[in-house]
Amino acid sequence: MLRLLQLELQKLLLNRASKVLIFISFILPFFIILLSSIRFNVFNYFTLEVGHYGVFNFPIVWHITTFFASYFKLFFAIVVVSMIGNEYSNKTIKQNLIDGLSKKEFILSKFYTIVFFSAMSTLLIFIICLLVGLFYSSIDEVHLIFRDTEFLFAYFLKLVGFFSLCLFLGVLVKRSAFALAFLFVLFLLEWIIYGLLAWKLDESTATKIQNFFPLKSMYKLIDQPFQRIAISKAPNGQDFLYDFGVHWYEIAIVMAWTALFIFLSYRLLKKRDL
Amino acid sequence: MEPILTINNLTKKFGYLTAVKNLSFTINKGNVYGILGPNGSGKSTTLGIVLNVVNKTEGSFHWFDGNTTTHDALKKVGAIIERPNFYPYMTAAQNLKLVCRIKGVAQSKIEEKLEVVGLLDRKDHKFKTYSLGMKQRLAIASALLNDPEILILDEPTNGLDPQGIHQIRKIIKDIASKGTTILLASHLLDEVEKVCSHVVVLRKGEKLYSGRVDEMISSHGFFELKADKHDELITLLENHASFGNIKVEDQLITAFLNEPMDAPTFNKLMFEKGIILSHLVMRKESLEEQFLQLTDNTEA
Repeated sequence: MLRLLQLELQKLLLNRASKVLIFISFILPFFIILLSSIRFNVFNYFTLEVGHYGVFNFPIVWHITTFFASYFKLFFAIVVVSMIGNEYSNKTIKQNLIDGLSKKEFILSKFYTIVFFSAMSTLLIFIICLLVGLFYSSIDEVHLIFRDTEFLFAYFLKLVGFFSLCLFLGVLVKRSAFALAFLFVLFLLEWIIYGLLAWKLDESTATKIQNFFPLKSMYKLIDQPFQRIAISKAPNGQDFLYDFGVHWYEIAIVMAWTALFIFLSYRLLKKRDL
Repeated sequence: MEPILTINNLTKKFGYLTAVKNLSFTINKGNVYGILGPNGSGKSTTLGIVLNVVNKTEGSFHWFDGNTTTHDALKKVGAIIERPNFYPYMTAAQNLKLVCRIKGVAQSKIEEKLEVVGLLDRKDHKFKTYSLGMKQRLAIASALLNDPEILILDEPTNGLDPQGIHQIRKIIKDIASKGTTILLASHLLDEVEKVCSHVVVLRKGEKLYSGRVDEMISSHGFFELKADKHDELITLLENHASFGNIKVEDQLITAFLNEPMDAPTFNKLMFEKGIILSHLVMRKESLEEQFLQLTDNTEA
């Protein structure tokens, strides 16, 4: 397992383009959170302090940072599709297999890399949230600090699921640009089907069905946090009924998709003549 | 003899096209084998199947004694196919390091093998800056990293300039002289003739011949003859049991032997019959002529 991970990391880290993209997708959100937590003094007129709005308080900080940080996954998605696309365009996939890597190992080395970067990203987010949260919150009870940390797990799962989808698309079309286009088409398709369902049936049934689609199910893991901030500001906020939690069935759906994408990538590669 | 690769009734179909048809042969340790065939005769497909990148349709093959999986066997094989495929943004040394990781070989081999192919002074240059000849030599270094039991080369001199071709052939001969089994696929006949001891001839995916290069055609050679008594000579040859096919071009007569006969015996015979030859050459077919004869004979 370590050998396969080492293999893929060497391929990625010696490539300048993927190095930059990895930096953008994982290190940049780290700095953005850090910067936004610092008090801005805008031209001496007023001070902008995001932390003032309570977004860096425990436990909501877990929710809000994972929600925003997950948008940076799009940059690493480019790395994922190109790590398949490049192998095809350089024909190195053929050489790798001839040198004694099995097709299974080839897919696994990509998957381990995905899991590795997702885990690293989750760890980074955990550290920065903890620091920022401790700085802004007056809470110092451990069980309160670590309440809602299931969002971290959801974040990890969301990344692994999304990158597995990218991996599958990369294997399917072999070209990075087409794979990204496919990803966009899939996004549109999910909403078109939703629209059709909502039109033919009704909106709540359509939403329920859409929650099973790959992209929507990954989004559902970490629901948008704006209402939650509003709730926390409003008096008697507990009465609002908006379900923003991480549920077991949401986790199960994303895990099923992840397993399916990895399995299909392997099947596709196994059947293919290179 | 110790078998390295055994292929039994292998067939590969791409849709309607049958690229390899019912192919069987065995590669034994210590010989230099050539797979010979025109473009599109199924050479690369056959190699692709045994190297695990092309799926077979029917038949079977096994490496070594048949108790190792193809996956494990490939770690004891060195192979390069068509064009050298490496990561353009990595240096030669980094590319070889990656191959070491795949094959599970110590990285100390890298410098040694770069030395063999004469690329040691360029080891820290990126692959994309290499010329085609250098790329091909790097590919050979890469294939040698695990000190393979068998080295498979598919068209190793394709697209190279004469110097490049010469360098590659020299490297191949050096490797062969150290006792490594080599399987060389090529459509260049003189290449196979110069390097190989055994040959498998393919045409349209079918095996036409497999065996030693010098036994490829059970031919006893032919005489090229000229004489003043031209017509008499032809009549005599046509009626003689030792000769089969007779070709006449201008004054030059080519007579193919059905049974062995050496030049002095033939000369004596002619003299006894009162024919004085002005030109007598005995020759064996070159591999090229044998190859064309083989592929022509089976033309549908």
